[in-house]
Amino acid sequence: MDETDRAIINMLQGGFPICERPYAEAGRALGLGEDELLERIASLLERGFLSRFGPMYHAERMGGALTLAAMRVPPSDFERVAAIVNDFPEVAHNYERAHEFNMWFVLATETPQRIGEVIRAIERETGYPVYDMPKQEEFYVGLRFVV
Amino acid sequence: MPDLTECLDDLDRRIILATQEGLPLVPQPYHAIAGMLGVAPREVMARMQRMLETGVIRRIGAVPNHYRLGYTANGMSVWDVPDECIRELGARVGALDCVSHCYHRPRRLPHWPYNLFAMVHGRSRAEVEEKVREIARLLGPDDRGHAVLYSTRILKKTGLRIT
Repeated sequence: MDETDRAIINMLQGGFPICERPYAEAGRALGLGEDELLERIASLLERGFLSRFGPMYHAERMGGALTLAAMRVPPSDFERVAAIVNDFPEVAHNYERAHEFNMWFVLATETPQRIGEVIRAIERETGYPVYDMPKQEEFYVGLRFVV
Repeated sequence: MPDLTECLDDLDRRIILATQEGLPLVPQPYHAIAGMLGVAPREVMARMQRMLETGVIRRIGAVPNHYRLGYTANGMSVWDVPDECIRELGARVGALDCVSHCYHRPRRLPHWPYNLFAMVHGRSRAEVEEKVREIARLLGPDDRGHAVLYSTRILKKTGLRIT
């Protein structure tokens, strides 16, 4: 990655125009031609420095529901529980974390009531309580990850 | 949170499906989407502008891969702060560098006393810990207890997708 790549990542986290030639417009602010910006973005994606480029959608506002849920699983039973939880297609991410609450997963469902159904099913199949921690408020973050 | 589902029609959903993997890397990406969907480019741009304004699209742009960029340590810092000032405190914590997400979530007493969640990224665990100390200093006496949960393993990771 060179300075131009860093400038692209830093600036394009802040937004991208909706217009006829958006890469040309964004490129002007970076001092790059349209073709060069396109090539740079493609290369950053290919090399994995960007995980994606485009619109980020807000799940709840598309009609779906999202929550963060946690479990306290005895280490000896962890793999069995992880397999059960991961088997639900509604589980989008699942992380092991070093804490008494050692399993943390995001549920994404098409309807709000489905969240409760999946949580109850996980509790039934694993035998452990699931702590539902839906966001009550999201605080603004700059959305800039300076590199 | 307002439910805007009813405001999204079939064309909006087709635009979402066509772009959730990313924006086409061609000089006229909105024209390319319009071509795939068989509608006018102006219509695609107007729909996307409206979804941006209503918050269905959070933003359009680059999503960095923190790990690949060297930010390999991430800690979910969780804080027990007084409910009556959580909005002000959450706004200040969210404004700090290297906090990528900041949420108010419910406590689950007696086991889980924390109501403010801030995801902290750093190049090392030491850097994450320095950031956590910075948050603690900012919160002062409103920090009634906190913890940092480091991820030790990704058990599953699929994108959020609509179908």
